[in-house]
Amino acid sequence: MKIAVLSGKGGTGKTLVAVNFAAVSKGSVYMDCDVEEPNGHLFFKPVEILEEEISVKIPQADSELCDGCRRCVDFCNFNALAYIKDKLIVFDDVCHSCGGCVLVCPNGALTERDKVIGKVKKGGSGDVTVWTGILNTGEATGVPIINRLLAAEELRSGTPVFIDCPPGSACIVMESIKDADYCVLVAEPTLFGVHNLNMVYELVNLFGKPFGVILNKCLEGEENPAEKFCLEKDIKILGRIPFDSELGLLNSNGHIAAIEDEKYGKMFSSLLEEVIKEVPNETTAYS
Amino acid sequence: MKIVIPVDEKTLDSGVCASFGRAPYFLIYDMETKENNFIDNPAAKSTGGAGIKAAQLIIDNGAKALLTPRLGQNAAEVLEAAEIKLYKSIDAPAGKNIEAFVAGELPVLKEIHAGFHRHGGR
Repeated sequence: MKIAVLSGKGGTGKTLVAVNFAAVSKGSVYMDCDVEEPNGHLFFKPVEILEEEISVKIPQADSELCDGCRRCVDFCNFNALAYIKDKLIVFDDVCHSCGGCVLVCPNGALTERDKVIGKVKKGGSGDVTVWTGILNTGEATGVPIINRLLAAEELRSGTPVFIDCPPGSACIVMESIKDADYCVLVAEPTLFGVHNLNMVYELVNLFGKPFGVILNKCLEGEENPAEKFCLEKDIKILGRIPFDSELGLLNSNGHIAAIEDEKYGKMFSSLLEEVIKEVPNETTAYS
Repeated sequence: MKIVIPVDEKTLDSGVCASFGRAPYFLIYDMETKENNFIDNPAAKSTGGAGIKAAQLIIDNGAKALLTPRLGQNAAEVLEAAEIKLYKSIDAPAGKNIEAFVAGELPVLKEIHAGFHRHGGR
């Protein structure tokens, strides 16, 4: 069972939900795919088991073989190549490592070299396996790192996996949810929150993923635009997390609320039960 | 010598475009023939690397100098490789900038920003 936790914007509570779900499940895997700003490790404080560098392929030109036809320059959709004064200039940071330039070169002048863009770490925290992806600052895309995370062998073992996705709805989010059995959308009770919820709502629909919404930071008796959105679109509301300064304080101090305080343990366990009920073909109870 | 200015419209009265890579047009002024030529900038609509592509375009069009209010790091690298001279434009229409350049009144552009995508990282 692989559950992806996502939201259209940062700060809605993706990590809060994913971390606490992993903490209340037996022998689960927490996978931090928010590679631009991974922070789940701050809660789990995992003991490191392994670290692996992640590289991508960047083109390099052999000036002896290059005749300046510029097919590679014209081909590159990201404009990572320029041809100036009989010399090809490669912008590593702009290159998305598609390999197309090498394919279109009629002279075999382009080859590829490895460039390290970040790393993945695996660690243990109690009975939770913690995988963290880290993209180096300035790199074009974290997709190769997410691919490595999702290739982890724990994901084939049937244990519950909680994928903490990057914010937004771009390539790295698509990559993070592609193998998920179910998507949990975390939403804030603001108009801005609704706008961004709509983005991920469209994304999970596009991918045909089953999904539901957790309404976070709920204020009793106050209007909740995110709830209104869910009712209008007939979206399953999995549950509500209150706007609670005690919970917020535990979380901002790097504690796992479900472990620190029994009442939050119960809250996240029952929320997770609601999620599991919705996961297709899921018969085993995990909590 | 040909000089290039990123412009918002295809007239000499146009303001200088605040962005080099994503300027809709470039004005190419030939100092020998005193001819003006406006070209479209296909890089304006690109998803990324607009500065690189725009720099390649003006180099291919024979530019020797660029008058611009600002310039990103990647575009600057391409232009410097081609030994294009960089000047800082003034807050005036494109035509006035040509006059100022001819009169030798424009300073050399020294500040190169890190680009908008990397937010100055590295």
